[in-house]
Amino acid sequence: MKLFDLRGGVHPEGRKDLSAECPIRSVPLPKTLYVPLQQHIGAPAAPVVQVGDHVLKGQLLAHAQGAVSAPVHAPTSGVITALGDYAAPHPSGLPVPTFTLESDGEDKWISTETLDDPFALSPEDIAARVSAAGIVGLGGATFPSALKLNLSRGVRTLIMNGGECEPYLTCDDRIMRERAVQIVEGIRLIAYTVGTQEVLVGIEDNKPAAIAAMQAAARGSSVQVIAMPSMYPMGSEKQIVQVLTGKEIPAGGRPADIGVLVHNVATAYAVQQAIRYGRPLVSRIVTLSGGALKTPCNVEALIGTPVEELIAVAGGYAQPAARMVLGGPMMGQQFANTGVPVVKGTSGVLALTASEIGQAEPSPCIRCSTCVRACPVGLLPLEMAAHIRASDLTGAVNLGLKDCIACGSCSYVCPAHIPLVHFFNYAKGDLAAQERAKLKLEATKKLAEARTERIARIERERAEAMAKRKAAREAKERAAKEAAAQKAQDQAASEAA
Amino acid sequence: MNPIAHSPHAHAPISIGKVMGTVLLALVPATLFGFWLYGWPAVNLWAVSLIAAIVGEAFVLRLQSRAVKPALMDGSGILTAWLLALSLPPYAPWWIAVLGSLFAVIIGKQIFGGLGQNVFNPAMAARVMLLISFPLEMTTWVAPLQSPGLLDSLRITFMSQPIDGMASASLLGHVKTEFTRGIGLDQALVGHYVPLDMLWGSRVGSLGETTAVLLLLGGLFLIAKRIFTWHAPVAMLIGVAVPALVFNMIDGNHYAGPMVHLLSGGLMLAAFFIVTDPVTSPNTALGQFIFGLGCGLLTWIIRTWGGYPEGVAFAVLLMNAATPIIDQYVKPRIYGRDRKGAALPANKEA
Repeated sequence: MKLFDLRGGVHPEGRKDLSAECPIRSVPLPKTLYVPLQQHIGAPAAPVVQVGDHVLKGQLLAHAQGAVSAPVHAPTSGVITALGDYAAPHPSGLPVPTFTLESDGEDKWISTETLDDPFALSPEDIAARVSAAGIVGLGGATFPSALKLNLSRGVRTLIMNGGECEPYLTCDDRIMRERAVQIVEGIRLIAYTVGTQEVLVGIEDNKPAAIAAMQAAARGSSVQVIAMPSMYPMGSEKQIVQVLTGKEIPAGGRPADIGVLVHNVATAYAVQQAIRYGRPLVSRIVTLSGGALKTPCNVEALIGTPVEELIAVAGGYAQPAARMVLGGPMMGQQFANTGVPVVKGTSGVLALTASEIGQAEPSPCIRCSTCVRACPVGLLPLEMAAHIRASDLTGAVNLGLKDCIACGSCSYVCPAHIPLVHFFNYAKGDLAAQERAKLKLEATKKLAEARTERIARIERERAEAMAKRKAAREAKERAAKEAAAQKAQDQAASEAA
Repeated sequence: MNPIAHSPHAHAPISIGKVMGTVLLALVPATLFGFWLYGWPAVNLWAVSLIAAIVGEAFVLRLQSRAVKPALMDGSGILTAWLLALSLPPYAPWWIAVLGSLFAVIIGKQIFGGLGQNVFNPAMAARVMLLISFPLEMTTWVAPLQSPGLLDSLRITFMSQPIDGMASASLLGHVKTEFTRGIGLDQALVGHYVPLDMLWGSRVGSLGETTAVLLLLGGLFLIAKRIFTWHAPVAMLIGVAVPALVFNMIDGNHYAGPMVHLLSGGLMLAAFFIVTDPVTSPNTALGQFIFGLGCGLLTWIIRTWGGYPEGVAFAVLLMNAATPIIDQYVKPRIYGRDRKGAALPANKEA
């Protein structure tokens, strides 16, 4: 198949060999698990169990609320001992509402239903089951998957993202090697649900074993497995759509705007498990890697497992880590507290050494425009950063700040070590705050206007009522007078008679 | 503990110091050739330029209460002084080098705010200042391979010993002078234009500008190392060669051909080491091409019709001034948008 050209991109050192040959391992059942209510884009889930309840593996703990949300399930059987604040797997480490689940050691599933022919279900039924299973995009974006299925009915092309362009990460590589049959079934279920004929699985050519396994599993189906050149950020949604279809997602739009739906391969596995076996999403594959770990590997971890227990599985530290990262090194987030739990979006836990990070003090920009050449979107990172440094957000937006995908290619190649993406995310945050403030102001204005109008209406109504009452009174008086006059007339008449 | 760092948590093994070091490395062959060609006076001049730049930059950094070491260690001041030295007449007196270097790093760079802030290429700004202020010293050329001794060379550089006996004329200067005497190219070039010598660099000219081959190799090395792309250098060579070819075909006796232009003056040095200066050139490939083309065209125009025999430095400064305008109008197309910046239309059926 013909592949299309991408602009920009970088070739960071892959370092995937650290963990790529390590089959997915299981993790000893943790004693305590921490399950946050919000592990997805959108509104947090609303609790349906109470502290002290005994729950089974896969039991619903909190249901989705609002249009964009996803439910959360118990990752193992045990007792809910608390529902309160616990450190989030986020750079801030701030506490977020979290279930604490003491495992009973039995890991007992709820009763689940296994289907012999999942394709006998209606597409609507499949989407509903995916939604109920709490499946979110496992590539890292954690957008509720069922919502994407519902919004993408009738797209022409389904793209399955097996790019895994982030260095170090091998979780998708391993799941494709070891569970290709289930993934392909999941892909076919997704294709059936949205009613698409063309299914493309894009995998970077640095994963030949995964390509071979997926090709073997896809044989005889309409699923095409395609080797893509290894380049960062090939696994970014915009880029994988462009390289496989030659089309670009319109600015501010979604893939469905050009008839495309993109899902991650690990998400397809979760869909297959949910539809065929009725199992909600309670675990995921996590890559444990980095030069500071003794034995980097891949594990299947229950959601809620504290990161430090995974580090123990990886043999602990070979040397003190200069930086701990959740996700890949290009877009992942630094964290400090290893007590934080694995959540649905945790693709990797990295313990990096200073030499792996290669960070240096920033020096002045020499306008070398290496960042311009590296940007996969076609932006001018050096100019945007200069505007943001001067607090000129409008200037940065005019240069395309909102089109930035924060892939980190510019910061990676910058010889001056300028934290460009940090500038951009800071500006995006500032921009969002400004927009929120504007919305708030507009809402306040609307409320004030409504209040004025309401008061005026009440006044008017009161005046009208008063007028009505007055009119009624007058009418009554008049009637009484008339009656009196009539009476007097009648009397006079009768007297006259 | 260090504050939370933002992604990416990986970085290419590169730094400003490494970039500058690589460019300096690419200049070494042409510089050594210049030393061999012009002997000890060239070495003196080069050394004086570098020392003056380092001392001058350290001094102004102190005045600004800025850290001296990191700014000096990035190598940009040394590179500027090195390029300036290569563009000087090899037997120029020491104070030309000192004045030029100080002008380049202080007026040319630090006054604008230091590295990355200057509008004009510092080496070319200094060269133009010297050429306008000291036309005699800046146009006194010598024939190559005279190899004065060490003592003689010290006298030449530091005591302004007259070098009448060794003086010669550069090709472009000679042609210009001959034109004023009404002598056409067919006679003017005889004995002065030996293509093979011009290619290797055994000719009259600035310290490090004469060897087209070694400068070209240095430039190709830097393109291979991805320090810069081919756009600006190739465009500059095209900008000179194309009009030269056209006008040479129209009137061969009055307009020198493309090879004469390409191999003379400071063109090769400028094409690979001056117009590729990232600070003062546009930041997109197309912008760099336009910039290079403009530098080339202006060089040819000044050489052909201007008052000075060589126009590279003037051309570069003029195009430096145009860089912000080029950057304003030449921008890459953003993903998902058309050239004007409007979002691409949605098309579900496509």
